[in-house]
Amino acid sequence: MIEHELVIIGGGPAGLSAAYGAYENGVRDILIIERDARLGGILNQCIHNGFGLHKFKEELTGPEYAQRYIDLVNQTNVKIKSDTMVLDLSKDKVLHCISAKDGYETIKAKAIILAMGCRERTRGAITIPGDRCAGIFTAGAAQKYCNIDGYLVGKKVVILGSGDIGLIMARRMVLEGATVAADVELCPYSNGLNRNVVQCLNDFDIPLYLSHTVTDIVADENDGRVQKVIISEVDENKKPIPGTEREIECDTLLLSVGLIPENELSQNAEIEIDPRTKGPIVYDNLETSVEGIFACGNVLQVHDLVDFVSMEAERAGKNVSEYLKNGEVNSTLIKVENKEQVGYTVPQYIRKDSTDEDAVQISFRVRSPMKNKRIVVEANGSELASFPRLNLAPAEMENIKISRDKLKDVDVIDISIKEMQK
Amino acid sequence: MRELICISCPRGCHLKVDEKTLEVTGNSCPRGKIYGISEVTNPVRVVTSTVKIIGGESPRVSVKTDKPIAKGKIFDAMKLLNDVELKSPVNIGDVVLANILDTDVNIVVTKKM
Repeated sequence: MIEHELVIIGGGPAGLSAAYGAYENGVRDILIIERDARLGGILNQCIHNGFGLHKFKEELTGPEYAQRYIDLVNQTNVKIKSDTMVLDLSKDKVLHCISAKDGYETIKAKAIILAMGCRERTRGAITIPGDRCAGIFTAGAAQKYCNIDGYLVGKKVVILGSGDIGLIMARRMVLEGATVAADVELCPYSNGLNRNVVQCLNDFDIPLYLSHTVTDIVADENDGRVQKVIISEVDENKKPIPGTEREIECDTLLLSVGLIPENELSQNAEIEIDPRTKGPIVYDNLETSVEGIFACGNVLQVHDLVDFVSMEAERAGKNVSEYLKNGEVNSTLIKVENKEQVGYTVPQYIRKDSTDEDAVQISFRVRSPMKNKRIVVEANGSELASFPRLNLAPAEMENIKISRDKLKDVDVIDISIKEMQK
Repeated sequence: MRELICISCPRGCHLKVDEKTLEVTGNSCPRGKIYGISEVTNPVRVVTSTVKIIGGESPRVSVKTDKPIAKGKIFDAMKLLNDVELKSPVNIGDVVLANILDTDVNIVVTKKM
C-alpha cells in the first residue's frame, strides 16, 4: 500500500490552499488527489471577476485566482494525482482510488483533509411540478457548457433562484446573445450578493420577482423542450397563491437553488454530519469526529467567497501540521449552540485545552436579512463578546473570533443576533 | 441624490451620491467613493468572456478587459471577441486585442492553457 503523511481529497481552491497551509507549516509529504485533469476546481468555469479582494487585495477572475494557488503549490514538493477518483475512504484513513493511468490503488494516510467541495441542488431536490423535458439545467452546468465547452444552452431563459451562480449566469447568457426574461426567487430577498443583483440583473434590466416560484413547466409537443413556465406569487409560508399565476415563454430554465456539500466519502468514513450544514461536525481546529480527518471549504460549509475558503483551508493545513506533530488533543468540550436568527455554526464544538490558535473562529449564517444588530456570544446567561453589524443577510457568511481566555469556565456558548444596546 | 449599492467588493455598501457635488456617503473604503462618483458620471464595468482556442484542453479560453470600459460599450466589446482565434499555449495576461474601440483597454487572457 502507498503511504503518505497527508492526503488531500480535492484540488480546488480548498485543497490547494490546505496543501499550501500544511506545507508552510512544515508538512513535507503531501498528496492532492483531483478527479479532473486540471487543478482549480469550480474556479475554472467562474470566468467573472471579483475574486481575491480579501486575499490578494486585487480583483481577479476565477481562473486567475486558481493559478495564484497552483503557482504557490508548484513551488513546493506537494504531489498531485489528477484524473483520479477517490472511490472510498475508511475511518482508519485508507483511500481507494482509481485512474486510467495507475488503475486501482489503495493509499494509507496519517492525516486527511476533505476538500471535495459541493454540488448544486437539482430539480429533483426541490420537486418542481410539470413536464420532464429538455432545456432544464442547473446554473453551474450551463456555466460549464458556456465557459469551458463553448455551447450556449438556450436563447430565452428564465432563472429560478437568485443564488450567485444564477445571477452570474443571467449576465453571461445576455452577453452571449440570449435574453433572460426573469429571475424568480422564492424568498422575499435575494439569496445572492447585493453586488451581483446590481451588476448582473439591474445592469441588463432583468426583472427579479421576489416571493415568486415556478409552479409549472410546459413542454413544446413538437421538440420536447421547455416552451413556457408558469410562475406564481407565494405567501409568507412560501406556498403559491392561487390566482397569481402568469406565463413566461422560454426555451430554457436555469436552477440556482442552493448548494449541498459533497459528503459521500465522509459518510463512508463514518464521519458525523451536521444536518444543518450538510457538512461534517468539526472541532475548532476543523478536525471531524474521526481522528486525523479534517475538513475545509465547501465540503464543510457552503461559502460565498473563495477568499474565505482559502483562509479556512490554510488554517486546516496548519492545524493538520500540529496534529501530525503532537497527535490528538484530549480535552473537555464546549458546545457551540445556534440561537435566535443564527442558522448553524462551524465549528460545532470547541476543545477547551487546545493551544492551536489563540482565538476561536466561528462562522455562521443568519436566517433573514437584518440591519443594525449585534452578534452576541453568551454563556450561562452572561455576555462573553458582542460584534455590531450594520447589515446581516443569509447570503453573507459571518465570521467572528473569540479569545480563548473568555472560554475557560464555560461548557456551552450560545450565538445569537440581538438588538443594539441603547 | 442617487442611492447605489457598491459593487467594488462583495460587502455591497449602500452608497448615497450627490449628483451635483459628487459627495459620497455610506462607503466604508476609498474604493466606494471612486465607484460612487464613477457610477453617476461615467459608469464602467470589467467585461469577462471567452474566445476560441485551438490545441487547448478545451475549445474556449477565458479573457477579460484589463481595465473597466464604459457600460455603453460592453456589447461592442463582446462583438470583437467573435472573430478571435488563439493557439495554445497562452498565458495569463497575454494581450488578445489591444486598444479596443479606441478606449486604451486591452482584452487579455485569464487562463493558462
